Amino acid sequence: MTSTLRIRDLDKRFGGGRTLFGFGAEKPSVHAVQSANLDVASGETLGIVGESGCGKSTLARMIVGLLPPTEGRIEIEGQDYAERAGKDPAAFGKLIQYVFQDPISSLNPRKTIRQILEAPLKLLHAMPAAERGARIDDLLDAVNLRREFLDRYPHEFSGGQAQRIGIARALAAAPRILVLDEPVSALDVSVQAQVLNLLAELKREFELTYLFISHDLAVVEAVADRVAVMYFGAIVEMAPAEKIFAKPLHHYTVLLARSAPTVGRPLGAPEAEDAELPDPLNPPPGCAFARRCPAATEICRRERPPLEENGTQHLVACHNPAR
Amino acid sequence: MNAGAFLKLFARNRLAAAGGLILVFVVLIALAAPILPLQDPYAQDTADKFLRPFSDGHFLGTDHLGRDILSRLIWGTRLSLVVGLVASFGAAFFGSIIGIVAGYFGGRTDNWLMRGIDMLMAFPYILLALAIVAALGPGLTNALIAVAVVNIPFFARNIRGVTVTLAHKEFVDAARLSGMTDIRIMLSEILPNVLPVIVIAMSTTVGWMILETAGLSFLGLGSQPPVADLGSMLGEGRNALITDPHASIIPGIMIFVIVMSVNLMGDGIRDALDPRLRSGALTRPMARTLVDRDAVPEPPANPALLDLQDLRTEFRVGNRTLKALSGVSLEVRPGECLGLIGESGSGKSVTALSVMGLVASPPGVIAGGAVRYAGQELLGAPFSELRELRGNRISYIFQDPLATLHPLYTVGDQIVEAIQAHRSTPNAQARARALELLNAVRIPNAERRLGDYPHELSGGMRQRVGIAMALANEPDLIIADEPTTALDVTVQAQILALLDDLRRDRGVAILFITHDFGVVAQLCDRVAVMYAGRIVETGPTDAILDAPAHPYTRRLIACVPRLGEGRRALHAIPGLPPAVDDLPAGCAFAPRCDKATDACRTGEITLAKSAANRAVRCLYPEGDVA
Repeated sequence: MTSTLRIRDLDKRFGGGRTLFGFGAEKPSVHAVQSANLDVASGETLGIVGESGCGKSTLARMIVGLLPPTEGRIEIEGQDYAERAGKDPAAFGKLIQYVFQDPISSLNPRKTIRQILEAPLKLLHAMPAAERGARIDDLLDAVNLRREFLDRYPHEFSGGQAQRIGIARALAAAPRILVLDEPVSALDVSVQAQVLNLLAELKREFELTYLFISHDLAVVEAVADRVAVMYFGAIVEMAPAEKIFAKPLHHYTVLLARSAPTVGRPLGAPEAEDAELPDPLNPPPGCAFARRCPAATEICRRERPPLEENGTQHLVACHNPAR
Repeated sequence: MNAGAFLKLFARNRLAAAGGLILVFVVLIALAAPILPLQDPYAQDTADKFLRPFSDGHFLGTDHLGRDILSRLIWGTRLSLVVGLVASFGAAFFGSIIGIVAGYFGGRTDNWLMRGIDMLMAFPYILLALAIVAALGPGLTNALIAVAVVNIPFFARNIRGVTVTLAHKEFVDAARLSGMTDIRIMLSEILPNVLPVIVIAMSTTVGWMILETAGLSFLGLGSQPPVADLGSMLGEGRNALITDPHASIIPGIMIFVIVMSVNLMGDGIRDALDPRLRSGALTRPMARTLVDRDAVPEPPANPALLDLQDLRTEFRVGNRTLKALSGVSLEVRPGECLGLIGESGSGKSVTALSVMGLVASPPGVIAGGAVRYAGQELLGAPFSELRELRGNRISYIFQDPLATLHPLYTVGDQIVEAIQAHRSTPNAQARARALELLNAVRIPNAERRLGDYPHELSGGMRQRVGIAMALANEPDLIIADEPTTALDVTVQAQILALLDDLRRDRGVAILFITHDFGVVAQLCDRVAVMYAGRIVETGPTDAILDAPAHPYTRRLIACVPRLGEGRRALHAIPGLPPAVDDLPAGCAFAPRCDKATDACRTGEITLAKSAANRAVRCLYPEGDVA
C-alpha cells in the first residue's frame, strides 16, 4: 500500500515567543497538535474523531497548507510540503483541497456560483475560458446540482445545496486528497445522508483519498476505513474502523462510544461531573485523560504514554488499555 | 440588493428623501453654473458695494467689492462641493487601503499601520489640518489634502474592523486554496464585502468634510482671492457682519443647507444599506407576541398541564406570510417528558416560543389557536399574568447558554435575580438558594462558581447554570429548546443524565425540543414528530421508534447513522422540506414520499388516532399499527 499522505512528527504551538523587544518574559503557549504521525493510503478514508478543542481542525488546516506547522513533515505523494505551508497555497491546492464545516460562510456572499467554481480552474490550472464552461457543467453534474444555479448567489441556497457547491469547488482543483472538516454537522439528518452518499460516489468516481473529520462517531463509522481518535492535541488511538468500534482500547474512545445517544440504550451517567479538558496553558504531566480515566494508575499521572502498536494495525497511547 | 429596492427603502425615510431632493437641486444648479445667465463672479464695481438683496441687477446684492453675490454663491457652492467630494474620496481611498491591508494581514503589519493611525488621531483634527496647510502653504488644493489626511483614520479604523472579521471567514481560506494571491483576495474577496461599509462611511462624512474645508477657507488658508468657495465668502463678509449682514449670512445659509441635506441623506443611505437596520433588529420587539385570531378554541374536556390547541403562528414580512405553524395541537401532562422532534424549519422552536408569547413581534403573529396552562388560556391573558408565569411556573432552557446568560453579571447574581423576580426573598436567603441550585445541577465547587462570570465557565457548566436558573422557582414545566446541541457528546451525556434525574426527583414536566432521535429515545416518555409546521405523528417513544407509522418518521429514523452498523450507504430522503410561504395542498411530505398518491395532494389530512395513545397524519400509514 502506498501512502498518498504521510505526516511525521507534525507539531503546532500557538503563542509563545518572548514579549516586546525580545527580552521580556516568555509568553504562554498552547500546544495545539503534539507530534502527529499519520499515513493515509491512496483511496483510503481516514476518519479523525474528537471533541471541540482536541486539535483536529488545526491538524487539518496544517495538512492543507493554510497554517504553517511549528515542526514536522507533510509529505504529499512523496514530496515534503511543510516548508511551503502558509506561503504557497497553490502548491497544496492542486493536490489537496478542503471542504468546510459551515457551507454558507465558506462561499463569498458577493460572488455567483460560476465565479466561485471558476477561480480554481483559472488560477490553479490556467484553463482557457472555452474549456472552463464544459468543466463546470461536469462538476455540477457530479454533485447533482442544476445548471441554472450557476448565476445565483450563495444566500439563495439551502445548507445542503451550499455544501454541494463547496464540494464542487474542492473537486474543481482536481485534487488527490480531500480534507472534509465536519462536512455534514451543520446539516439536517435527511440532508446529511444525501451528502454522505454523494461523497462516497465521488470518491469512487474520482479515485479520491479522504480525511474525514467529525465529532460524530456514528457518521465516521459509516464512512471510514480507518479511524484516528484525538484528545487534547494528540492522537490517542488509531485502528481500522471495525476494530476500533468493536474493541476500543483507549478509555477515552470507550467513553466517546458510550456517550453517543443511541436508540435502544438506557441513559446512564457515564462519568463524574468534573470531567473537563485540562487547562491548555498548563497541561498536566503524563496522560491528559488521566483525571477522567477510570483505569488511571500512578504512572498515568507522571508519564505520557507513547502511541504504540497493540495488536495488528491497532495503535494506542495508554498505559492500561481497556480489555 | 438592486437599485429599485434600495430607492424604496431609502424613500421610506422621509427626512432622508427630503435631504436628497434638496441636495440634488443644489448640485444641479452648481453643475449648471457655466450655462446659467450669471454675471461675472469676479467683476468688481466698488461704487455698487454692499447692495442689499433684491436690488436692481443683483438679486442677492453685492459684496464689499461690488461683486454679484448670487453668481459668487453658485460658483462657490460648485467649488465647495467638488472639494468636499474629492477630499472624502481621497480619505476613503487611502483609509480603505490602510484598513484592508491592516485587517487582512493582521499581526505586525496591523500593529504598525494602526499605531500610525492612532498617532494621527492623537492630534486635534483642526490643529493637524492647520499644521498640514502651514507646511504646504495656503491654497485650495492643500486645504483639500489636509482635510483628506485628517479623515483617513476614520475610514481606516472602520474598514479594518470589518476586514478583520472577513479575513477569518472560511471563504477567504477557500480562496487561498483556489490559488489566489493575497492581493487578489483583498481585491476580489474582501473589497466587495466592505464596499457597503465604505459607502456608508462616506455618505456620513461628506458633509463634515465640506464643513472642514469651509472652515479652512474661512481662516484664509483655503481658496485664495479672487476665487471663492463658501468658506472664504463667509470669511470676507465677516468684517461687515454688523453693517451689511447679508454678505456673510447668505453663504452661511448655503453651507447649512448643503451640510444638513448631505447628512440627512447620509443617514438614509446608512439605514438602507446596513443589513442590521434593514432586518429591523433595531426595532424593539414587543414584550409578548401579537395575537390576531378570529376565535378561541373550546377548552379541552380533560385539561392537561399544558395544552396547545390548533396553534397557528405566522411571520408577516412585507406582503409575505410565512406560516411557521399551521395548526399544532399537543398536550404535556404533569411530570411527563414530551419530545418534540423535527428538522430545521419544521417549527419546533417556534412552537416552544409561542407557549409563553416569546416569538418576536413584529414580524411574529399568533394567528389562531390557544395555549392553556392547567386550563387557563394564556394568549388572551393580560401581560401581567403571563409575566407572572414566565420563569416561575413555566421556564425555558435555550440552546446556547453563552448567549442567554448576561456576560457582565456573575452567575450567582443572575440566579438570585431569577429567584427575586418572582419572590421577595432577602438577599442572603436567595444566595443560599442559588448555592443549593448549583449543587443540585452538580457544579463542582459551587460556592466559588457563584462569583464567576459566564465566560469563565465551560459550555457544559454554563448549560448547568441555565438549568439551575430554570429550576429556580420550582416550575411545573420546563421547555428545553435543543439544550445539548451545542455541547460535545461526552458533556451532552452528562447534561441528559442530569435532566433525567431532576425531572424524576422533582416531578417537573419537560417539553424537550431536539433533532436527535437518540436523545429522544433516552429521555422522553412520548414523542411528537413535526414536519413543515405540523405534527405528523405522536405517541409513546418506544412504540414510535420501533414501528413508525408516518413515512416521514420512518425515513428520518433510517437516515440517522447508528453506531455499530459498520460502513454502509445511508438511506437519504430526496428533496428538501417545502418553503413555509408556499406549502403544498394536502400532505406537505407528499412531494418527497414514495407512497404518495393523488389523494395525498388534495384537501386536509387530519391527525387521526391509530392505536393506543398514537396518532398519525397520513392516508397510508406504515405497517400494521392498528
